[in-house]
Amino acid sequence: MADGVKPRVKVPKKAAAGDVVTIKTLISHPMESGQRKDSSGNVIPRSIINRFVVDYNGQNVIDVDLAPAISTNPYFEFDAMIPEAGEMTFTWYDDDGSVYEEAKSIAIG
Amino acid sequence: MDFTRRETLALGAGAALMTVLPFRANAAVDDLIAEFTGGAAVADGGVDLTAPEIAENGNTVPITVGAEGATAIMVLAAGNPTPPVATFKFGPMAGAQSASTRIRLAGTQDVVAVAQLADGSFARASKTVKVTIGGCGG
Repeated sequence: MADGVKPRVKVPKKAAAGDVVTIKTLISHPMESGQRKDSSGNVIPRSIINRFVVDYNGQNVIDVDLAPAISTNPYFEFDAMIPEAGEMTFTWYDDDGSVYEEAKSIAIG
Repeated sequence: MDFTRRETLALGAGAALMTVLPFRANAAVDDLIAEFTGGAAVADGGVDLTAPEIAENGNTVPITVGAEGATAIMVLAAGNPTPPVATFKFGPMAGAQSASTRIRLAGTQDVVAVAQLADGSFARASKTVKVTIGGCGG
């Protein structure tokens, strides 16, 4: 597991039914590309988050495959439909098999 | 300046390599697009790709891709050592078929977005980004 991985998610607490809301996510992660070399010329092995999935009440919102060309601390902004109150789950999959999860509930009102 | 036969041959080989290398980079992008589309024709336009004209730092270049009703969008950086950047798949709860992220670019190059539209057809857009400082270490 990469050190200091911390997911941060910005989700509105409330939305009107049927609204489209903008979600912003950021996860601190070095996203080592596997292209860089250290001071003695050895290649630093690749260590990235390779997949990011967002679901709302079990239904998929967005599913992203990440390549090493995604910047350090991967940031994503996208829109989600909110038909009813529920919980949005965010899942990041690391190269080393770790899974980072975050969940936010959204109320109608 | 006189060249020996050996030097001339080396120069020729170098020049040949120079012309072949960029061509190979493009072939990799074409291969990736073909893999994504399954060989189907790709129309130009119909995809929104927002990227800065000039990026000062190739380590974080903000981009936005979107296509009305798209089911999936693949983003490629044609001039990176490994062209794939990301593939976005939109589910039933997506409010709009667009997303923003930050990417790494090794140098001045074209960013390409290929979208699979709702009717199963494919569209593409590309944009040239000038990069002042490359983003691949090195």
